[in-house]
Amino acid sequence: MLNFVMSYLGSTVTPGQAGNQFWALIYVLIIFAGVSVAVVAMNWIERKALAHFQIRLGPMRVGPHGLLQPIADALKLMLKEDIIPAEADQFVFWVAPLIGLLAAFAVYTVIPFGPSQAVSDMNIGILFMLGVSSLGALGIVVAGWASNSHYPLIGALRSTAQMVSYEVAMGLAVVSAVLMTSLNSTGTGTLSMIGIVQAQQQQGIWFIFKFFPLGLLAFVIFAIAMIAETNRAPFDMAEAESELTAGYHTEYSGLRWSLFMLAEYAAMIAVSSIAVTLWLGGWMRPFPNLLQAPAWQFTFSLFPGLTFLGLAAIAGFGTARMPAHSFFRIQRIGLGVFASLLGSIALLLLLIAVAGRSADTSIAARFSEGIDYVYWFVLKVAIFMYLFIWYRATWPRYRFDQLMRVGWKVLLPISLGVLIATAIVGVIIS
Amino acid sequence: MAEEVKTPAPPAQPVAPAKPAAAATSASPVPVPWISPMVEKYKSQYGSALEALTYLGQNYLSVDRSLIPDILRLLRDGEQFDYCVDVTAVHYPKREKQFDVIWILYSFSRNERMRVKTQIADGASIPSCVSIWATANWLEREVYDMFGIQFEGHPDLKRILLPDGWKGHPLRKDYDILQQDKEWVQINLGIESGQ
Amino acid sequence: MNAPTNDGTQDVSKRWLSEKPYLDSNELIINMGPQHPATHGVLRVILKLDGERVLGTECVIGYLHRGVEKIAENRTYAMFNPYVDRMDYVAAVSNGLGYCEAVEKLLNVEAPPRAKYIRVILTELNRIASHQLWLGTHALDIGAMTPLFYTFRDREEILKIFERYCGARLTTHAFRIGGCQYETYAGFEKDVKKFLTFVAPKIDEYEALLTTNRIWMERTKNVGVISAADAIALGVTGPVLRASGVKWDLRKAQPYAAYSDFDFEIPVGTKGDTYDRYLVRMAEMRQSLGIIEQAVNVIPEGPIMAKVPKVIKPPVGEIYHSIEAPKGELGYFIVSDGSTQPYRLRVRPPSFVNLQALDIMVRGLLVADVVAVIGTIDIVLGEVDR
Repeated sequence: MLNFVMSYLGSTVTPGQAGNQFWALIYVLIIFAGVSVAVVAMNWIERKALAHFQIRLGPMRVGPHGLLQPIADALKLMLKEDIIPAEADQFVFWVAPLIGLLAAFAVYTVIPFGPSQAVSDMNIGILFMLGVSSLGALGIVVAGWASNSHYPLIGALRSTAQMVSYEVAMGLAVVSAVLMTSLNSTGTGTLSMIGIVQAQQQQGIWFIFKFFPLGLLAFVIFAIAMIAETNRAPFDMAEAESELTAGYHTEYSGLRWSLFMLAEYAAMIAVSSIAVTLWLGGWMRPFPNLLQAPAWQFTFSLFPGLTFLGLAAIAGFGTARMPAHSFFRIQRIGLGVFASLLGSIALLLLLIAVAGRSADTSIAARFSEGIDYVYWFVLKVAIFMYLFIWYRATWPRYRFDQLMRVGWKVLLPISLGVLIATAIVGVIIS
Repeated sequence: MAEEVKTPAPPAQPVAPAKPAAAATSASPVPVPWISPMVEKYKSQYGSALEALTYLGQNYLSVDRSLIPDILRLLRDGEQFDYCVDVTAVHYPKREKQFDVIWILYSFSRNERMRVKTQIADGASIPSCVSIWATANWLEREVYDMFGIQFEGHPDLKRILLPDGWKGHPLRKDYDILQQDKEWVQINLGIESGQ
Repeated sequence: MNAPTNDGTQDVSKRWLSEKPYLDSNELIINMGPQHPATHGVLRVILKLDGERVLGTECVIGYLHRGVEKIAENRTYAMFNPYVDRMDYVAAVSNGLGYCEAVEKLLNVEAPPRAKYIRVILTELNRIASHQLWLGTHALDIGAMTPLFYTFRDREEILKIFERYCGARLTTHAFRIGGCQYETYAGFEKDVKKFLTFVAPKIDEYEALLTTNRIWMERTKNVGVISAADAIALGVTGPVLRASGVKWDLRKAQPYAAYSDFDFEIPVGTKGDTYDRYLVRMAEMRQSLGIIEQAVNVIPEGPIMAKVPKVIKPPVGEIYHSIEAPKGELGYFIVSDGSTQPYRLRVRPPSFVNLQALDIMVRGLLVADVVAVIGTIDIVLGEVDR
């Protein structure tokens, strides 16, 4: 049994490539659980961060500092009455959130958390991702149509038009990044996600810094386009409450509505993963070539444990600051338990890191490596998530025609220009 | 300001002739004639149909109903009273011509404010001045709503503050403070009384 | 709007809908109902659209009509004083100032200098508070969620000063006929000065968030343009008129209270669009700070109430007095018949007249801009409907 696990950990290919369906299934389940936890955490962080931007506190009561609020919300939504408009198309109404959810989650098949930590490394990985994530637009327009009410329909059509417009600019930015992968000895690039990160590793530079400022421009274009793809501020006219048309999910209530929100957050994480993979070096830690000494390796491998230790310290600080009143007893205990949970995870990670230093091929070393890869990837994606929330707090929203103008008349020409410039510079250099 | 008294336009009890006092606060102030070149011009044009008075430093013209809307148009075009501040009415039920309709005008270039008043009988209508100042649209609608005065030539004379089907015009003096259109309340709100 | 004359039995939208606009043309009637997050109160706007473009609007108001003018005929002058606060409840102090000054004019008395200075300080504080509330809600309508919280937090300081002065935060009933009832509390000047230093960087903060923000400028420039000639013809006053280029402010043109003692400027816009109105109101906030700063240092000593008889019975006559409220020209036309109750009291509400201009301002705009324009006119339904 142990050999089975060891043999898996020792492999250098993803389960998809190795043809190992069992492990692929395990991976799928882990990803599903992970994304669900991430969405729950995102919900909490969004509400707290937005609140703190707006000089208020956000949820504080449901669990210490509102930590159980997302769970309460999920429970509430599940227990709500399921209203289906009488005139709505019943089957289509039922299937619309599923389409969106499927499109959002199917993308995770190719997201690489490490050099062999992905469900499957298709050699058309990035193409697959762009294609499947576009299917989300289908879910939206179907939802608007099935509601049989002209406000959701108008909102759905707007959302779809927005997503389709920004996909063009997104695609062109992606192509510039893919072009950069071909700057190696054989002159052949790769569309596979893991291949793209490995190309960055070989060339010793994150693509965001390559051919400055072209890589940066491509990254910025993608970053703007991905906000519009996911209908987030400042491109959220289609679901803004203070406008006339209230969006494609007006008629949905309870669990169905929560599926839409789940799909939206999952899509946010998915497009951020694309950005991280293509331009920010995926799972690579900072300066892998510059700071190569084992001492540096060890220092960087301590980061996961230290991060959790920091989080545990914050939670512990929160526990200490809780008022010493009997009303707060349960919250205090809860936060203390949470702090100790985080602390024990931190301790575990630190132990693995320390143990992995000793022998290069031990279980601990492989675990430590895998954890490091996942950690750096998730950290970069988390920064993007925070940026999403920051944008929502700060900026007013674009009017719909201005939004379309930005997509077609600003982003598209610039991305074309960047693509051509990247190609020219690439040819000149090699 | 301390001149001989003239009969004031509002039909109150006749004021006794005030003593010519230096301070205005010793006796109640009374309207005094308003003397200005503009007034002279209009007086020569309209004669007795127009009366120009000043009360507490505020000038007003009290005109015959036949002069409306010509005098208003003249004031806007000739005297640059380009801003119609307000159009309102007062109800004097005991008078023969029950309603006072008042326009308050202001001139930006002259930094001068004045009023134009006229009296109309109950049930009579008065020309609308929407064609002169666009602002009169809603102001006249409110006068109609509250008093029942019809404005001829108004593009869309209907109630503005009260519901469309309301009966009665509340600011008239014969409309009691506690009165309401019970029928409308019953039909539309489903309750006996809004009180 | 050439609709057939009303026979009092049909709702406007029912009448339009019965004309089947879908069949005739591409016109669509959309109702922004009385309950709507962005109409700042109970306002119903019926939009006639051609696709996305607005062809015309019709505002249905009166949901908040409380019969204030009729009530005035049944209350004594002093009894009516608290009612005026409830009209423009955001700028209650201004309402009270206008009313008290109008009655004082009718009585031919003048408030003593100390009362005038206190009135000016409180009114200018209220102007800042009103503009802050406007900014927060207007930014929220356009999509920027955060300035709302900032402006409301900063507005709290003003409301605290009001509470310490007269006991109420919003509907203050701060002034009396003839002057002020309450002497300034111990520490009033210190509080006001502390507030001045507190809020000046906050206004810079709001500006930093919005003024040069590309998205804000795109949403507000050239949106809801009204020319100066149109504004004058429609009787629009206040920051809306000033943003269209007409440099006119009642505090300078026909000074009241102690405004002639102070040195301040009138900010003017050029184009009359939403962005100009935003800039004008921000500049007005700063000018108000300047006025308060000048006033708070030199409040004269003396009585705070003039000699006004216990029973206020103005002589027979009429008076019209108006002030520059934060929303525009707020006027009171009082007809007295010599008794203790006004014979007729007419309130000339700035929001009511400014709201008429909505129809002109939104022609040709998109639906999403209607919300921005309603916000930029700065209406308070309590004043529109009275």
